[in-house]
Amino acid sequence: MLLEISDLSIRYPRAESPLLEHISLNFHCGEVTALLGPNGSGKTSLLRAISGELDYAGHIQLLGRPQADWYRSQKARRALARRYGLLAQHSNLNFAFTCREVVQLGLGPGSLSRAEQETRIQHYMQCADVWHLRDRLFPSLSGGEKQRVQLARVLSQLSLADPGDEKILLLDEPTSALDLKHQHDVLALAREVADDKTAVIAVLHDLNLAARYADRMVMLAQGRIQADGTPADLLQPALIEQVYGYRGQLVDLTGFSALL
Amino acid sequence: MEFRLSDKSLLPVLTALLLLGSGLSLAVGAMHITWQDVVAGLLHWSWPGALDLDVPDQYALVLGEIRLPRLLLGLIVGGTLGMCGAVLQGMFRNPLAEPGIIGVSSGAAVGAGTVLVFGSVLAGTLGAFDTFGSWAGTLFEQVQWFLLPVFASAGAILATWLVYVLGDRGRSVVMMLLAGIAVSALAGAVLGMFAYVATDTALRDMTMWQLGSLAGASWTSVLVTGCIFIASSVLLWLRAGDLNALLLGESEARHLGVDVHGLKRQIIVLNGIAVGAVVSVSGIIGFVGLVVPHIVRLLRGPDHRFLIPYSALLGGLLLTVADTIARSVFAPAELPVGILTAIIGAPFFLFLLWQQRRQIV
Repeated sequence: MLLEISDLSIRYPRAESPLLEHISLNFHCGEVTALLGPNGSGKTSLLRAISGELDYAGHIQLLGRPQADWYRSQKARRALARRYGLLAQHSNLNFAFTCREVVQLGLGPGSLSRAEQETRIQHYMQCADVWHLRDRLFPSLSGGEKQRVQLARVLSQLSLADPGDEKILLLDEPTSALDLKHQHDVLALAREVADDKTAVIAVLHDLNLAARYADRMVMLAQGRIQADGTPADLLQPALIEQVYGYRGQLVDLTGFSALL
Repeated sequence: MEFRLSDKSLLPVLTALLLLGSGLSLAVGAMHITWQDVVAGLLHWSWPGALDLDVPDQYALVLGEIRLPRLLLGLIVGGTLGMCGAVLQGMFRNPLAEPGIIGVSSGAAVGAGTVLVFGSVLAGTLGAFDTFGSWAGTLFEQVQWFLLPVFASAGAILATWLVYVLGDRGRSVVMMLLAGIAVSALAGAVLGMFAYVATDTALRDMTMWQLGSLAGASWTSVLVTGCIFIASSVLLWLRAGDLNALLLGESEARHLGVDVHGLKRQIIVLNGIAVGAVVSVSGIIGFVGLVVPHIVRLLRGPDHRFLIPYSALLGGLLLTVADTIARSVFAPAELPVGILTAIIGAPFFLFLLWQQRRQIV
């Protein structure tokens, strides 16, 4: 197991009730997990707790070691960074880096030769379909383009891991700013990344996209896990109504079903 | 497409301009000295009598004891302010941060003012008593060159930290600017209070600080600020890669393996020490730290590995040129150079504010 969360509770100061209560979840290598739930159900907070940015009660075991261990020394921090990436929901970079330079930041000042860096930058920018933007200034891009450039950066960051190492990729609403084609492209890419010894955890809002690309769906609401299973198990109108308070209709299409 | 200069073209041009500006600063002033006499005078001052040069002794004295330390101090102060502006903007992830604007320099001025006012009051009181008192007074004068930068740095560190925490840790531009105004106002009030208890000498020094001037240059001040400048610039430059990652955002930097808290602590302390040291000798010279990194970003891009050294170079160049102008327009009287940098810098700040108005609101 790459990521074990046990008995995790998050409570914001001055809040009446905890945001998340006694959550236990395990994430596995090679699996794309979609984290779902209504607004304010604590999906992003859960990601932030996993990233060590939020105080919590409970225990998180990251890549075989307690989470806090990874932040004890600079060496451990760098080792973790090679195996553990985050694509944030928004990008607040206001300085005029070109997109190529942004992706290069993912490779850091590491030991790669310049030629090897260039190869990887080109490869991951092509994966995220942003190679044509390479010389554009990052702040001048649209929200969706920014997100894809950042995805290329995170992928290039994870390419620094040793070939045998297992990795974790966190995606916080990766599709929220994207057009239809790129929503599918990015999730298909996440699917491919998972096959390369990686646990992908994506916060998503679109149930149908999640059902199509995720191996597993976890639904959060009212501070608890309401459901955890395969898309086929979870895409049930009764369950969706219980979690979201919306009665949808399941439509059977050839090969998969969609909730409308 | 993005227009950027390479180091091959930028570095020689900047170096040439720096040499030209330095030569000009040595030659121009109340006493006009020709280029040949500048070289001859400096040689005569370095090795008196070793070379049989035909230069008046006063040239050698003016060049060696007044203009050369002033030139070097200008390079150090300008370099420090340019570099610190670049680093603060990186830490706040905001191109409007600058030691003068966010109150760091004011904090340093309060620190230095504390030493000067209470030091002279203390020395005066003790001096009135007996031999022990006068001995203590002399001792104070001896250690003042050391106490001034220490207290100024402490004031600068405190001010940076306050503005950073009150400014929502770099997340809000408005909060940062407001916190900077508040800290500057508080510092101004404290300095005003000092003015009431200050002796005449201390009062004159304090006025000089608030306007900013290189007139206090001496070989001691060059030595003290120079050592601090070199040490802090090397240490800050070593964190350039981490600062680049920080520009992406705090959690992004954390995920790239950067110890974000340690980085910020180091920047606040190093920046405070460097700014405190220069403010203790030159006072508050504003806007150099704002204008310089912007020009460098336009020419060379925002990568801190280049931004930090080029900002130091260009900052030194700009302040030296500004000081030469400040010394010569109303010669033999001189304009405090801080007034000149504010005349150029403040409209530039307004221009940036105007450009950023959508992001700020």
